[in-house]
Amino acid sequence: MTPGGYAEKWLEVDLGKDKIEEVEYSDKMLRQYFGGRGLAAKILWDKFGSKWTELDPLAPESPLMVYTGPMTGIYPGSRICVSGKSPVSMGTVGSTAATEFANEIKQAGYNGVTFVGKADKPVYLLVTDDGAELRDASHLWGLDGEKTLIKLNKEVTEEFTKRKPEVGLWKEPGMIYIGPAGENMVRNAAVLAKICHAAGYGGYGSLMGSKNLKAVVAKGRGSLPEVDAPEAAKLLWRKTHEHLISRTAMRRQGTGYAGYSVGADTSSEPIRNWQEEWHDEKSYGGPMFETRFWVKKKWADFNCTTNCMKVSCIKTGPWKGDITDMPDYELQAYCGTNFGIFDPEANIHLSALADQLGHSGINGPNTAGFAVELHQRGILKDEDFGFTPKWGDVETFDKIMRMMAYREGIGDVLAEGTYRAAHLIAKMKGMQPEELLKYAVHVKGIEIGAHGTRSDADYTHDISYAASVQGGDHTSVAVDGYSDMSGAVFTDSAVFCNFTYYGVPQSLVFDFAKAITGFDITLHNWRSETGPRIVTMQKALLLLGGPDLKWKPIKDDDNPPRFYEPLPSGPYKGKTTDREVVDTKLQAYFETLGWDERGIPTKETLKKLDLADLEKSMAKLR
Amino acid sequence: MWPEASRVRVFMPFPGVEVPHLCSQCQDYPCIEVCPVGALSKDEDTGAVITDREACTSCGLCIKACPGTVPYLHPKDNKAVICDLCGGEPKCVEVCTEAGYNALTIVNEGPSIHRKLYSRHPVETAKDLAVNMFGEKGEEVIE
Repeated sequence: MTPGGYAEKWLEVDLGKDKIEEVEYSDKMLRQYFGGRGLAAKILWDKFGSKWTELDPLAPESPLMVYTGPMTGIYPGSRICVSGKSPVSMGTVGSTAATEFANEIKQAGYNGVTFVGKADKPVYLLVTDDGAELRDASHLWGLDGEKTLIKLNKEVTEEFTKRKPEVGLWKEPGMIYIGPAGENMVRNAAVLAKICHAAGYGGYGSLMGSKNLKAVVAKGRGSLPEVDAPEAAKLLWRKTHEHLISRTAMRRQGTGYAGYSVGADTSSEPIRNWQEEWHDEKSYGGPMFETRFWVKKKWADFNCTTNCMKVSCIKTGPWKGDITDMPDYELQAYCGTNFGIFDPEANIHLSALADQLGHSGINGPNTAGFAVELHQRGILKDEDFGFTPKWGDVETFDKIMRMMAYREGIGDVLAEGTYRAAHLIAKMKGMQPEELLKYAVHVKGIEIGAHGTRSDADYTHDISYAASVQGGDHTSVAVDGYSDMSGAVFTDSAVFCNFTYYGVPQSLVFDFAKAITGFDITLHNWRSETGPRIVTMQKALLLLGGPDLKWKPIKDDDNPPRFYEPLPSGPYKGKTTDREVVDTKLQAYFETLGWDERGIPTKETLKKLDLADLEKSMAKLR
Repeated sequence: MWPEASRVRVFMPFPGVEVPHLCSQCQDYPCIEVCPVGALSKDEDTGAVITDREACTSCGLCIKACPGTVPYLHPKDNKAVICDLCGGEPKCVEVCTEAGYNALTIVNEGPSIHRKLYSRHPVETAKDLAVNMFGEKGEEVIE
């Protein structure tokens, strides 16, 4: 019998063979890995094992997984988790995006889809209560995110109406899709939803593009899956919402006020590719975004009372018609301050552009900023760009993001992501990679989110990125190997939003998880067993890496060089990340998780976590 | 939880443009008029349309008669679904108040000729809302 919260089946789609199958996973596997991020890592290991190192993430046989979890749709804040072998880290990332696609697919009776193979022409998958089918997407290929969504909404809703007109009006489906960046396999491209929501980390937009898969669309008229203890779940649902609704500042401002405060207050905002992290630009304050551009101040995804999203629109001038969310803090930083731009309108334009091109609004712009610093340092020249790039100039970054998405000129190199671009440009210029990597702000190939570590005043510190199995991912940072296990490792596997999690007592959330699934789950056993099992599996896959890129233990378990330069300005001037603290905490982190001093899981740990089948591969690394 | 079986469905043909779609209680009740088996009736206390699920034959005439195409057939038993105001104590209002949004309140306006004007195809309403929100661009976001 399927445990509570889960639909009965998963789909397996072979795009090359046009074959769709329904599969189930054992009760044990679900107890041990839950869903989303955890389950994806386990299934990848089961499919490839020690052959992982030979798997090219962009080859047809490389799976793309689109998974919900048992709490998706039921716990507030519906999200979908995208995973697979990451084309940027060569490990795995649980990359999530907020979208009703997640509850729609469960309502249709499926927990998720694993795609393998490559379609011979562009396709999209349509999932309904009657099963799944591949449909031609040639007419959508090349379209930006917004047009893709508009066309698919109309086309699919009309199709439903044609098939079953008697039931009345068909509500639009949920969908995830890629833009031109994903199609052109920009290595760090995003999988998008709802025009401005993205599963950005991991580069799964390029994996989707490599399969000729433009979109996944779902409509389920059924109910969400039954839960194990319905009365308890109902009570816990109300209690959870009570906590969420009381978060008034978060609900009012979202993260759209942080573009000012993370610079002015905590000195941890990227400015001109992290050359600085402090600014006091009052023109960039939250109210300046809100008053002029927010056309909707309370926007939530399915079953969410946090409503942290706000819709922005530019209604006049050259960027008329640009629509995005707040922008949220990450894009205020990466499509604003990181470019040396402190103008809300320009920031909205560049954020909307990143979304529509299908870039991850963090990772793509990180690479663009890196390129402009290489120009500032005289490494890249005007002729490399075909124009003179300048900090603070909207046109510069508008052009670079387009060149990356369409792989034009230097954009073709930058489309490989910051880390790989550094190597390629070094080769182009006859330089040592280290001479460029000192400006590359990434960990494990994943460009770092917009929260620095140097001031130590933000939530990100010393080993937040250095020890994380998801590298630069700011949504899943390492803390101490115990408390962080119940953070994103849990929410990405149960699959719901981080922002409906923080602010709710963790014991309540875990009671809720138990009421939904019926599993014997507590905060402590998640932190000491299930979480470590998932993270140890991810660590093993990350260590194995390959085929063309392998991270070195310890050496690559580190912050980028820039994070050890002293902050040049602001109240935290002179402060930097403490190397000794990093080294000490890294060892403590490994020890807590039962990994050896080089971060390789020990034989005893693997046995304890029921991961003994990893031993042979890990023994070779020790 | 079953969003597709709710008497209040929220359509969103473009992100951010959400349209709650439910019965607006026309003065002349065209759905009740058209029902061939007398499965629909008006609740004298609340004015809501009540569906007799035993009597409903799933013919769909009420859907066609409704100016906003509001009724739909329940995904499980195919019977017509129309907001019944929960017998005068609407759950949607309760939960909205409980959650602290206070976006929904009970008002006693009585019958009005305007009611019927709210009964519209949700995509048509969304197209208007999109222009209100996005200006000229709003004309393009819903095909």
